[in-house]
Amino acid sequence: MAWTRDEMAARAARELQDGFYVNLGIGIPTLVANHIPEGVHVTLQSENGMLGMGPFPYEGEADPDLINAGKQTITKLPTSSFFDSAQSFAMIRGGHIDLTVLGAMEVAQNGDIANWTIPGKMVKGMGGAMDLVAGVKRVIVVMDHANKAGQSKVLKRCALPLTGAACVDMVITDLCVFDLDRPKNGKEGGGLTLLELAPGVTLDEVRAKTEADFQLGTFA
Amino acid sequence: MKNKIYDSAAAALEGVVFDGMTLMSGGFGLSGNPETLIPALKDTGVKNLTVISNNCGADGFGLWMLLNNGQIRKMISSYVGENKLFEQLYLSGELALELNPQGTLAERIRAGGAGIPAFYTKTGVGTVVAEGKPVEDFEGETYVRETWLRADLAIIKAWKADPEGNLMFRMTARNFNPVMATAGKVTIVEVEEIVEAGELDANAIHTPGIYVDRIILSTINEKRIEKLTTRPRETETA
Repeated sequence: MAWTRDEMAARAARELQDGFYVNLGIGIPTLVANHIPEGVHVTLQSENGMLGMGPFPYEGEADPDLINAGKQTITKLPTSSFFDSAQSFAMIRGGHIDLTVLGAMEVAQNGDIANWTIPGKMVKGMGGAMDLVAGVKRVIVVMDHANKAGQSKVLKRCALPLTGAACVDMVITDLCVFDLDRPKNGKEGGGLTLLELAPGVTLDEVRAKTEADFQLGTFA
Repeated sequence: MKNKIYDSAAAALEGVVFDGMTLMSGGFGLSGNPETLIPALKDTGVKNLTVISNNCGADGFGLWMLLNNGQIRKMISSYVGENKLFEQLYLSGELALELNPQGTLAERIRAGGAGIPAFYTKTGVGTVVAEGKPVEDFEGETYVRETWLRADLAIIKAWKADPEGNLMFRMTARNFNPVMATAGKVTIVEVEEIVEAGELDANAIHTPGIYVDRIILSTINEKRIEKLTTRPRETETA
């Protein structure tokens, strides 16, 4: 049985450490907030200008001046702070955010990620995605292993226009978890290592559905 | 002292609007938009605008009004999704678009206000964003050079202003507004409340009045919510 969206989010949540400042993308990454392990306290950043995001408001208590980067109404916490967009991206670009969890259309074994545009279709814009992958210390991608046509989204090289080069550290799909040792500080990376399989998923299935090269971790 | 407070949006726009001008407009999505100044700008009939704004409004709201009225020639934004009209105009070639990563957009505006013509960033290196731009290595990492953005006019939205133009913003309605205030040759702010001098705590001013030229009281505060998301109240147990 492959992992569900919630199970993928829960697996990503296990990467959170106490004291982390975290930015969660739209979609499955948003669900990570529902699975923060007990005893782990993290502060959620929203790139439109907030640290310390609270849960969704109760019905009737939504405030249009209090939204997250996905434009959803949210709440503040006693420890929240607000700031402008330049300050928000200074903390992202400056490496002050510990972890970001993002969706993707493609990830390559060299750490490249593509998640903002498909040529020939309407260009919507990258929003803050390029800043996040370039600036956040650790980048985790959560996505389906294959696209709707059944093709692998874990590739040797990305075909779509990149959001960032050599920036992904971990890939969590519905089938498995890969560590990604990306090129860093002029050193070549070690590429993908398979760390875990979803319950009932076999190594043969992952091999068949992955275009990228990968090594085997010590899980087996 | 020069009076910065104007009676209406139309009065505040007098003498500072011209065809072909560059405009900055604050807001993130539909939050913190200058909702009173945008329709007043539409009424001036100004044309061929280059508009710098994170987004371009939504159906019937915000900058969409200028777009729908054929007043925008070019947008510099980070995200223009969920806007059918934008898509039509862009695909038919009537509208030019320059997409920037959101943080690069914010920093270009900040640089414009701070007198910094260019800066280097890691954002966009190895992507289409860096194409044609100078790159340079610093301490073993590659960075791309981005240039400042400045505007003939910045229209922004704040929560409270005093007569000096000192501003306070409210929660995430702050977003791009404070940086845009610094980067406009002329900056007009609309606020929900104009308070007496001395009422704002000088320690808690978000934007000092030096950046603000004209102040009006907002007469339109629709504050449309794009994605109303709530949770049910925990049911009380006896």
